[in-house]
Formats: sequence, C-alpha cells, structure tokens
Amino acid sequence: MTYKLLLSLLGLTVVALFTASLLIGVADQPVGASLSALFGGGEGPLPMVMREIRLPRAILGIMVGVSLGLSGAAMQGFLRNPLAEPGVIGISASAALGAVLALQTGFATTFALALPLSALIGAGGCVALILLLAGRGGGTLTLILAGIAVSALASALTALVLNLSPNPFAANEIIFWMMGSLADRSFTHVWTALPVMAMGWVLLSLTGRGLDRLTLGEEAAASMGTDVKRLRLMLVIGVSAAVGAATAVVGAVGFVGLVVPHLLRPLVGARPARLLFASALGGAALVLAADIAVRLVLPGRDLKLGVLMALIGAPVFFHLIWRMRGRT
Amino acid sequence: MSLLSLRDLSVTRGGRKTLDHATLDIAPGEFVGLIGPNGAGKSTLLRAALGLIEAEGESNLAKLTPAARAKAAAWLPQAREIAWPIPVADLVALAQDGDTEAPQVKAALKRMDMAGFATRPATSLSGGEQARVLIARALAQDTPLLMADEPVAGLDPAHQIGSMQTFAELAAEGHGVIASLHDLGLAARHCTRLIVISHGRIVADGTPREVLTEELLAEVFAIRCHLTETADGVIVQPLEQIR
Repeated sequence: MTYKLLLSLLGLTVVALFTASLLIGVADQPVGASLSALFGGGEGPLPMVMREIRLPRAILGIMVGVSLGLSGAAMQGFLRNPLAEPGVIGISASAALGAVLALQTGFATTFALALPLSALIGAGGCVALILLLAGRGGGTLTLILAGIAVSALASALTALVLNLSPNPFAANEIIFWMMGSLADRSFTHVWTALPVMAMGWVLLSLTGRGLDRLTLGEEAAASMGTDVKRLRLMLVIGVSAAVGAATAVVGAVGFVGLVVPHLLRPLVGARPARLLFASALGGAALVLAADIAVRLVLPGRDLKLGVLMALIGAPVFFHLIWRMRGRT
Repeated sequence: MSLLSLRDLSVTRGGRKTLDHATLDIAPGEFVGLIGPNGAGKSTLLRAALGLIEAEGESNLAKLTPAARAKAAAWLPQAREIAWPIPVADLVALAQDGDTEAPQVKAALKRMDMAGFATRPATSLSGGEQARVLIARALAQDTPLLMADEPVAGLDPAHQIGSMQTFAELAAEGHGVIASLHDLGLAARHCTRLIVISHGRIVADGTPREVLTEELLAEVFAIRCHLTETADGVIVQPLEQIR
C-alpha cells in the first residue's frame, strides 16, 4: 500500500467516524433531522444537542486522538523503542496531578477553565523538571529516567491527595475524572485546548526528518545534520503541549499513543517520519471509534473512555510482548 | 586545502587524557588508516574531531553547525545501529534527505554490492550485510571527507577487501578518507598513509612503508610480525604476542 493511499484511507475513516459520532447519542434522532439541525440551526432542543454537545465532543475526539497518536509515534521514534508512549515522560501523570489538586481544593469550581488550566500547569511543571533532570545533552536514557522519576512522583502525590481527602465526593469526582471521558465537554474545552495542542502538533510534525535519521543512532543522526539536543527539546515540549492539553480536557486516556503507532508501523515501511502523520490520523480514528463504542456498549451507564481504551489496549500490549518474546 | 585539520586536540575522561594533543591534517586524495591497540584513542580522536564529544584544542569540523558539518564530512560510527525495519534503499537515502532516486544513493548501493537488497528490511539482513548498508549510507552522503570507525570489522574477506578498495577509489577520485582499522595487513595494503595512536598520543604518521617497522609494532601492539616488501607494497603478517 502506498503512503498516499494509506493516508487517504485513514482520512476517510476519520471523516466517517466523525459523522457517526455526531449521529449517535442518548437522544435518538433520525439522521436527516440531526444533520439539518446541525447545519440549519433553528429552534428547539435538537440543534442545541447537535451544536453544543455532539459537535464539540466529536471535535475533541479528533483533537485528542491526533495529539495522542502523534505524540506516541514521536516518542517511539525518538527513543527507538516500540514500547514507548507519551506517558513515559510523565506528562499525563503530572497533568492529572494538577487537575486532581484543582478538584480537591475546590479551585476547579471557581471558573469553567480552572480544571484544564491546572492540568496544563501540572504538565508545564513536568517539562521544567524533566529538562532540569535530563540536562543539556541529547541522550535518550536520561530522558527516560527523568520521565520515570517525574511520573512516579506525580502518581505518588495524586495518591496522597486521594489518601488524605476528607471529602468522599471530591475523591469520587477525582477517580471518575482520572478515567478519562469525552462526555459533557463544550466548545469552551475545544478553544482552551486547541491553541496549546496546535503548538504541540506543529513542533512534533517538524521532528520527522530528525526522527528518520535517528534510526541509525544519535551520532549518525548528528553527523547527517540533525541537532539532537534541539530535536529532544522540540519533542519534549511538543509532547507536553499536545498530551498535557489532551489530559487537561478529557482526563487520562492511555494506550492510544502505544497501540496506534505499533499497528501502523508495518504499513509505512517503518519510517518514523511517515508514521507521525499516519499515527495522528489513526489516533483520531481510534479515539472517535472508542467514544462511539462507550455510547453503544453501555448506553446510559457512562462507561469511561479511558477504561474502554485500556480494555482494548492491554490485549494489544500482550500481543506485542508475545511477538517480541518469539523473536529473541 | 585540508579536509580535516586538528591542532592539539585533547580529550579528558575521568581525569585521564584519552586523547593527548593530536595534531594532523588530511588532504584530498589521502586514505588514512588510523591504527592502534584497543583503548588507544582511535574512536575518541574521530569523535572529538567531529565535535561529537567535548574536547580542547582545535578541529575545523567541530566548529561547524550540524548542517554544515554534514556537507563537509560523513561519519560511520562503530555501533551499527538500525532501530526500525526500514527498507535498505530508504536507509541509504537518509543521507540524501530520503530521496531514494538520488544518483548518490544508487551509486552507493552499487558500490557496496547491495543493489539487489534495495527493498529488503535492513534489520532482516545479516550483521555483515547491515555493515555494508551502513557504509553505503555514509558513501551516499557524498562528502569531501569520509570518517569511519572500524568500517570493515565483521565483513567477509571479499567484502573487507572490496570496502577497502572502495575507500581507496574514493581517495583517488579526490575525496579524503580516514578509517580506524585493526587489520594491519589491510591497512598496509590499501591505505596511502597510516597514523599510529598509542595511549592517546600520535606516535607515528607516514606511508605504510615508513610506519610499519618491527620495532614500532613490538612497542605499540606488543606483537612480533613478519614484514615483506613486495611489488604490491608491504605485507604484514602478525606472528605472535610478545609477553
């Protein structure tokens, strides 16, 4: 399959799933009425449902999927490890910590954007700490170790907040938030996340050539004209912006960044640069599909997106490990 | 004009000088063999010259930006790393920004006898074949200077000789080549000049005939060698270790 054909197929899948996401929901309405309400507007509850509930939900699905898929492909390319994912450098855990603190202290209720902004501050703190720990060099090992350390600290602090939480309702809210969901999101979330995510997308899409060269190792990449230190900086900031913003608006959604690049790698001739764009589209398709599934599988029970994703992701992970075991 | 110019290049690692005031120039047309025992500082010299590790002293390449350096010199590291199963032609084309149709890419594949492998995933090849693909990648960069760290280690005899001949041809075409080598016979046979390094210092520099003497080989490598003058140059056959 050629690269262009693959991208076209993935693009069409995303469009189809986006449309399906708009048409499937609690309020079961005919397709024609839904679409005319979406584009034509008018009075009554249906245009409101389409424009204020389903449209932002579907758009966020694409944005989050692109962020996670792109970040996963970039992390795997940079670390040259198919088991890497955006969570490796602790961004999701740190963003979650920021959000959890906001929920626990009640700051989250002070204004609409308080929760996502707190999560973004958490992600920003993570970047600063990682760059401080990992030093000025372009090495991958220090980056992984710094990420593990930051991730462990953020998770421990999140657990501490839950542990000491005097308010069972707040604890409950925190647990549900951490499962990750696209339900009940509005355009406020879209406009909050979009500028930060877009910055991340631009930075990550510029890493392609460097990631391709890194296939031959850091020294070979440097000798072919890649500034590896700069590449690492772009990667860390790009992943943090994209994944930090995604976690800020939908909570923690794992496995997309791990599974999507893994599935698409054989279809792009294993080229890291090509995998970036394919994974961005693939991530969008997977998140949209999973978000449709949570509405269809257990309608009315509010099955969380993060839970379903982990249920899909873990078996793929098993498969990955099984295959690696067979090879060595 | 010199392609590589080092002045008093020194590297200190853990309080020990692993490279001690190395000074040398490489001109177009030279195929320089860098020889010395394990740990003598061959890789350190090459990497410091490129600016890949911190060093004192001067190197014309280390001053350049990564992009400018990539046009001045190609580098073949000792570690043969291929992270992903990308096709051979795509791997070699990394040196030409991914253009698999570039004439340099096709020529490099042909020179390294790998044209028939173009569509195979590089990771599915044997170790020696991977080494040849990586040499092809460095050749495809088409730079005035080629620097290689043990390029022929692990190759079969035919491809060892073939690679050495390729480097010699490149030099004859006006490029400069510097390669660290362990096989003294190959070094003597194909290089136009040998630089001997021991304990971080350059201890000899000249044509193979001038450099390869029984005394130097005994002192630097602690081996006894049989040296023969022939019409094809010096033939070196190491015989035994001196204890």
